[in-house]
Amino acid sequence: MTTTKKSGDAAAEEKHGGQLEYVTMTIGGQWFGIPVLSVQDVLGPQNIAMIPLAPPEVAGSLNLRGRIVTAIDPRMRLGLPKREEDATVMSVVVEHHGELYSLLIDQVGEVLKLPSDRFEHNPASLDQRWRDISTGIYRLDDRLLIVIDIERLLNFESSVAA
Amino acid sequence: MDELLSEFLTEANESLAELDNGMVRLEQNPNDPKLLSEIFRVVHTIKGTCGFLGLPRLGAVAHVAEDVLGKFRDGDLSVTPDSVTVILGALDSIKSILGFLELNEKEPDGNDDEIIAELREIADGAGPETTLEDMEAAFEAASAKPQEETMTSTQEIQAELDMAVAAAKEESAAEPVTEGKKLGRRAAAAEAATPAESKIANQNIRVGVDLLEHLMTMVSELVLTRNQLLQMVRGQTDTEFSAPLNRLSHVTTELQEGIMKTRMQPIGKAWSKLPRIIRDLSLDLNKKINLKMFGEDTELDRQMLELIKDPLTHMVRNSADHGIESIEARQAAGKPDAGTVTLKAYHEGGHINIELSDDGAGINIEAVKKKALDTGVVTDSQLESMTDQQVLQLIFRPGFSTAAEVTAVSGRGVGMDVVKTNVEKIGGTVEVSSTPGVGSTFVIKIPLTLAIVSALIVEASDQRFAIPQISVIELVRAAGNAEHTVEMINDAPVLRLRDRLLPLVSLSQVLRLDEQEKEFDTETETFIVVSRVGTYSLGIIVDRVFDTEEIVVKPVAPLMRDIGVFSGNTILGDGSIVMILDPNGLAAAGADNSSVSSAEAVADTSSAVNDESTALLVFSSGHGAPRAVPLALVARLEEIERENIEISDGKPVVQYRGQLMPLVLSHEDQSVEGDGKVAIVVFSEDGRSMGLVVDEIIDIVDDVLNIEITATQPGITGSAIIDGKATDIIDAGYYLTQAFNDWFQSQAAPTSAGGQPKRLLLVDDSPFFLNLLKPLLSAAGYHVTMADGGDEALSILESGGEFDIIVSDIEMPGTDGFDLARACRSDDRWKETPIVALSSHTAAIDLDRGREAGFTDYVAKSDRDGLLSALSQSLTLKGKAA
Repeated sequence: MTTTKKSGDAAAEEKHGGQLEYVTMTIGGQWFGIPVLSVQDVLGPQNIAMIPLAPPEVAGSLNLRGRIVTAIDPRMRLGLPKREEDATVMSVVVEHHGELYSLLIDQVGEVLKLPSDRFEHNPASLDQRWRDISTGIYRLDDRLLIVIDIERLLNFESSVAA
Repeated sequence: MDELLSEFLTEANESLAELDNGMVRLEQNPNDPKLLSEIFRVVHTIKGTCGFLGLPRLGAVAHVAEDVLGKFRDGDLSVTPDSVTVILGALDSIKSILGFLELNEKEPDGNDDEIIAELREIADGAGPETTLEDMEAAFEAASAKPQEETMTSTQEIQAELDMAVAAAKEESAAEPVTEGKKLGRRAAAAEAATPAESKIANQNIRVGVDLLEHLMTMVSELVLTRNQLLQMVRGQTDTEFSAPLNRLSHVTTELQEGIMKTRMQPIGKAWSKLPRIIRDLSLDLNKKINLKMFGEDTELDRQMLELIKDPLTHMVRNSADHGIESIEARQAAGKPDAGTVTLKAYHEGGHINIELSDDGAGINIEAVKKKALDTGVVTDSQLESMTDQQVLQLIFRPGFSTAAEVTAVSGRGVGMDVVKTNVEKIGGTVEVSSTPGVGSTFVIKIPLTLAIVSALIVEASDQRFAIPQISVIELVRAAGNAEHTVEMINDAPVLRLRDRLLPLVSLSQVLRLDEQEKEFDTETETFIVVSRVGTYSLGIIVDRVFDTEEIVVKPVAPLMRDIGVFSGNTILGDGSIVMILDPNGLAAAGADNSSVSSAEAVADTSSAVNDESTALLVFSSGHGAPRAVPLALVARLEEIERENIEISDGKPVVQYRGQLMPLVLSHEDQSVEGDGKVAIVVFSEDGRSMGLVVDEIIDIVDDVLNIEITATQPGITGSAIIDGKATDIIDAGYYLTQAFNDWFQSQAAPTSAGGQPKRLLLVDDSPFFLNLLKPLLSAAGYHVTMADGGDEALSILESGGEFDIIVSDIEMPGTDGFDLARACRSDDRWKETPIVALSSHTAAIDLDRGREAGFTDYVAKSDRDGLLSALSQSLTLKGKAA
């Protein structure tokens, strides 16, 4: 299977001399980032099969080259309003404890290399729900980038009705 | 780890497992020379290898054990249970040393002086302390004795080996070790050469389990891709792809089958530890227990084997512990001293059945009840309404087994609930049946393999789902005008299938597939998948049924594991993802609907064949007490629009299934005029139906039918307490004749030679049934005399009653059916009279009992047609004989 992503981050840092690479994306107008080595795939619009009786965060499941991937809609966890009916949806596929998950996002952005010394801890003014699932932020010139902690985002066991 | 050491460990562990069984067999066959030599050889090999590898502690224990075994083999020492116990103890010590060795690559500190001393004592029991020289002498003597002809070359090598070891004690270890190694290899080679006894070592290869798993996964993916390709080509006619694709398909199927076989192992592997466990238990508990195993070669997937091993061991321990009685108790019960625990495994359909039965005391229902109450699994009131079969099921409830039951089997708390959960996790079922005093039987059914299963694809609310074929018993098509119709009782859908009520769950409803809950329409065509859930059946309502496909099961994501209704998901040939349903989970989800569970309860009880209670349909009709009629008499429940009722010949009728069905009002104030619907209880016979108009159908209840007050009103047989309320039991016969005057005269009257009607004595302690059957039998042409119970029957016979045939109930107070039959058979006057038994018990054992007592024939109480044909048959036979 794949190696743990944490060590991947450290390796990435070493390689790029104190810089970390992130895949950036927007959800509900806000920019988020996920460490590049955690991202397995970026997908365009997909056929998502509904799963009856699934928890509300679960949008369904999709077939990725023969593997069943669970589609998660982070909007629920992030407290963002529901997606418009005909808005474009893209997916970022990540792995968590041996299972593949597809996070539904609006748009995928560039892969950014950001210096690790500009990484800041979450300010107290940040929405609690966002602080719950992120490791920290980057203040970029034109926007705020929230770094997502996949582990916490997908840790549904501990989350009681958010 | 050193390769040599690792190989030694694997082989030694295998050998020890063999030895365990070998010693148990030896105990039962103490003088079997083959067995003795085999056991000796194994221990000897272990001892020898210990020498090469420098494992003194192991070597010491093995050495002394070998002494004792050598003496057994040579007849110097007799095999006693005590000595076997000590040897088994030595084997255990060896096992623990090996365990340590595996983890730490060296022997544990300490010594085994105690066990060595015990072994020494036994060895010395025959003569002076054995020394190395004695051993050599014993060997020479042994090789001189006529042993197996095939063993000679091995013997020589062994002798040489020992001399080398003996020499090693005087010189340095180095040289003889290599010498010994060479000899060891020769010995191994020689052993391999001896055809009869050695394993076919050279034709087997050890393969890592990981590699097999990997191959299995790859083949599963190949199967999926093959399915996809087939799907794509399906639409098109012969293209250039068809031929190669067909070939690919065949090859893939064969590859799949081949790989599955590599993972198959005989179930005997899971049973290997059991003989020793049983032996130890019988000694501990002071009982005599035999273990019989059949079908050890039955193969199943390695994964299944692992999962089933512990549950089986637990259940076998239970049988020995709680099932088999003590020797005294068995003697008192007239059973043989030794109890038998039997394990049977066999293939059936796409799965394996494992039966575990014992001839012990059976499961004590009262004890189960008490335990269930104590542990809070059920409440008093729940217990009251349970049949014995339902009580038996309580042992599978979580929380039933208390801490006191944790055994040393696996160190974990293993209770029957864990057994059931584990079995169900792999898609299997476990059932229990028990007869007090006779024994109990558990049947575990598990699929042959987890990875690829056959599943039925169904559709509900435009979504497809898969149901494992193993759970599907049958498919029924139901529609308004079809043979089977879905009926509503208390707003819950049920299906009447061959005289049983099948509770139904609607897939669309349980999974909340529709945005709004749709009312269930009994008219539109639906399909019902009848599936087995534990001991009862459940019908799953779906919109469409497709075909059965082989699917690769993938576990659901952890998020969804709690949902319970899904046991996995899969990708079909067209790439779509389909959830796999778990009927157990569906039943649990559907049980939220209380009507479903009460229908289940009725289905349960009606299948439990309880002679105490009868299933009754309770309805209201006018003011006053509710009324009831035995469910067995009812053909159907219907709801019809008042405006469809017409009047013909002064009587209300309705068009029903292409015929005119007369309606009878159950009380005066009922009206067939106006709007709205009326509830009808339909009775049918011989193609004719009659509808009894009732106000409201209340419930279906299972209760003891004890008519306390007989009635004077026509149409009512009497009153009974049903479900706590005073209820009038109606006389169905009365209403039937209201509809058709000649209802009961549908058959030609059988007459005796003189043209006289046959005289029939009808015996039953229930006036209701006497009254119900009498008109039926009279209409069939018999002259019926009724007797209220066996005693009255005998007195009627005594006072000169003459009859051509006797029909009798079995369960009656005082003189029961069997007594009556026996009394008749032993009396010249009625020895020749055919006697037909009527009973609610119709198992094979009851039929035998009946015949033994002297009954000519045996008919189920609810089987009216069967009764009439049995009567005419018995009379014809008698006519022939006379």
